[in-house]
Amino acid sequence: MAKEMLKGNIAIAEAAVRAGVEAYFGYPITPQTELLEHMSKRMVELKRVFLQAESEVAAINMVYGAACTGVRVMTSSSSPGFSLMQEGLSYIAGSDLPCVVVDVMRGGPGLGNILPSQGDYFQITRSAGHGDYHPIVLAPSSVQEAIDLTTLAFDLADQYRHIVIVAADGLIGQMMEPAELPPMQSVRTDRPDWALTGADGRQPNSIASFYLKAEEEEAFNQKIQDRLHEIRDAEQRFIEYYTDDCELLVVGYGSAGRIALSAVQAARDKGMKVGLFRPLTLWPFPEKRLSELTDVVGACLVVEMSAGQMIEDVRLATGGQIPVGFYGRMGGVIPMPDEILQAITTHCRQLKHCEGAFTPLERVNS
Amino acid sequence: MMTTTLNETNTLVYERPHSLAACNTNYCPGCTHGVAHRLLAEAIDELGLRERTILVAPVGCSVFAYKYFNMDGCEAAHGRAPAMATGIKRVQPDKMVITYQGDGDLASIGMAEIVHAAARGENITTVFVNNAIYGMTGGQMAPTSLPGQKTTSSPFGRDTILTGYPVRMSELLSTLDGASYIVRRSLHDIANIRKAKKAILTALKVQMKGMGFSMVELLSSCPTNWGLEPVEALHWIENNMIPAFPLGDYKVIEEVRSL
Repeated sequence: MAKEMLKGNIAIAEAAVRAGVEAYFGYPITPQTELLEHMSKRMVELKRVFLQAESEVAAINMVYGAACTGVRVMTSSSSPGFSLMQEGLSYIAGSDLPCVVVDVMRGGPGLGNILPSQGDYFQITRSAGHGDYHPIVLAPSSVQEAIDLTTLAFDLADQYRHIVIVAADGLIGQMMEPAELPPMQSVRTDRPDWALTGADGRQPNSIASFYLKAEEEEAFNQKIQDRLHEIRDAEQRFIEYYTDDCELLVVGYGSAGRIALSAVQAARDKGMKVGLFRPLTLWPFPEKRLSELTDVVGACLVVEMSAGQMIEDVRLATGGQIPVGFYGRMGGVIPMPDEILQAITTHCRQLKHCEGAFTPLERVNS
Repeated sequence: MMTTTLNETNTLVYERPHSLAACNTNYCPGCTHGVAHRLLAEAIDELGLRERTILVAPVGCSVFAYKYFNMDGCEAAHGRAPAMATGIKRVQPDKMVITYQGDGDLASIGMAEIVHAAARGENITTVFVNNAIYGMTGGQMAPTSLPGQKTTSSPFGRDTILTGYPVRMSELLSTLDGASYIVRRSLHDIANIRKAKKAILTALKVQMKGMGFSMVELLSSCPTNWGLEPVEALHWIENNMIPAFPLGDYKVIEEVRSL
C-alpha cells in the first residue's frame, strides 16, 4: 500500500474497517463526525452493520449488545459524548467483553468547544465509568499512528476481552497528512464459545455484570485485577527520543508529545541536553521505563493540552526522586513549539544553577 | 398395588415449558411476573424458537430474567435493553431477540431507547410488564403510577400538579411508523391471560417474518408494593389500571392482520 493524504478521522475509520470491524454504532459530534460519516458509507458497501444511534448512551449500549455476539465492534465520539458512554462502558467491563472506542478529545468541561484538547485523560484512563477497572488506552500523535493503533486496538480487545480506547484529539482527527493504510483483513466467521448465538445444541450462555453476593462480586473483581496485572506487565508502550544523554526529560503524549518533539529538537540545536518520552499507552502507563529513566535524568517536564492530568502518572512513576515540572495549555489552545522551548529553557537553567534546590514550575500557561 | 402409567389413564395437562429454567425465582407471592414468564416461554416453545432466541433482561424485579429462561440471555443497563437488543439483532438478524422490561425501566429511564427502537422498526419483540410502580427498589412512584396512587416516594398520593400524569406507552409508540404490532393486555384473570398469550405469539411471529417492531404491554400486579393481598391486587388491575390503561390493539399493520 502506498501513502496517501488522509484525514485522521477517516484514517481511523478505514483502519477499523480493514481490521475487520463488523458493526459500528455512533452519534454525530464534532470533531469526530467524519469518522461516523465514513462508516455510514463503507460499512454499508461491505454489507456490515452501521447504525446512527439516538444518543451516545444508546450507541454504547448497542456496542454492548453486539459485543455479546462475539463480533468486532466499535463506536467513536468526542469528550461530552464519551462522558455519556461511561455507563455502557462500565457494563461492558463488568461483562468481560471486547470493544473499541475512539475518543477524539475536545475542550471542556461542559459543552466546552470543538477544539483539540487532552482533558479526557482522567476519565479515560482511571476507569471510564464506575467500578474497579481500567480500559486499555492508546494515544496516537499522527495520522499514521492513529491507523496503526486502531489496528492494534482490535487485537488487544480480542486478546484480553477488554475495552480498548483510542485517545486521539481534535488535531489528529481533523488533520490531513500522508499515511499508509494496512491491507484489508477478512472478517472473522467463527464466534467465541461465550457468545450469545442461540443455545442450539449447547447449554445457554448468559452475559451479565451482576453478582448479588459480595464474595462473588469480589471474585469477579479479582479476575479483572489479575487481567489488568497481566496487561500492565505486557503492554506498556512508548517512544523515546534523545534519552541517551538527556538531563531534562520532556514527557508528552498525542499531539502535545508531537509538538514537544519539535521543541526538544530546537533545544538540542541550542545544545541543551533534553529528551522526550512519549507514552503510546496511557493505560497501562509506561511506568517501568520512565522509572528507569528517573535514575539518569535530572528532572521531568510534562507537557499536556490540559491543566495537568497525566502529570499524576509521571509523579507516580518517578516516585518523588526528581522534580516534575509542567507546561500546559487548556480549552482547545494548542501549545506552540516556541512556548514549550521556553519552558524547556527555564527548566534547564534551573537544573544548571540550582543544583539540587530545583523548584519545579507548577503552573499552567506560564 | 395399582400402578398406572401416564399414557394409559392420564393426560399431561401442565409442565414446565422447556424455555423456562428449572430454578426458583425471586418474585414475591402473587406477582404476575411468573405468569408473564410462563406465557413467553410457552410461546417460544410452541414456535420452536428457543435455540435461536436471545433474551435481554432489564434492571428491575425481572433483572434475573436471563437466568429464569432456558436460553441465551444478557442483562442490560437500566432502560437500555432496546439498544442492547438492537446491537444483538443487527449483527445476527436470523436470531430472535426479545426484551423483557418493566415500566420504570421502559417508560422512564429507557424512554429514548424504546421510542427509537420502535421508530426504526427494529425487528425485535418487547414484553412490557406494567405494574404502575418501581417494584425492586421498594415501591416508588413510576411514570405509570396512577393519579393519587400512594407509593413510598409519593406518600400523599401522586399529585398530578407536581408530578404529571401516567405515561401510556402503547398509545405513544403506536404513533410511530416503525411499530408494526403494539397491543395492551392484562394478566388479572384467565380469559385475559389467554388473550395475552395469543398476543405474545403474534408479536413473535411479527419478528419471525421480519415485519418490524412488536410490543405486548401486560398490566400486572405488585401485591407487595401495592400493599394488597394477591387476589385484591388482581382486582386492583381490573378496577384501577384498566380504566387508566385501556386494553386493546393500538397498532396492527395490515400484514400482521393476515398472520
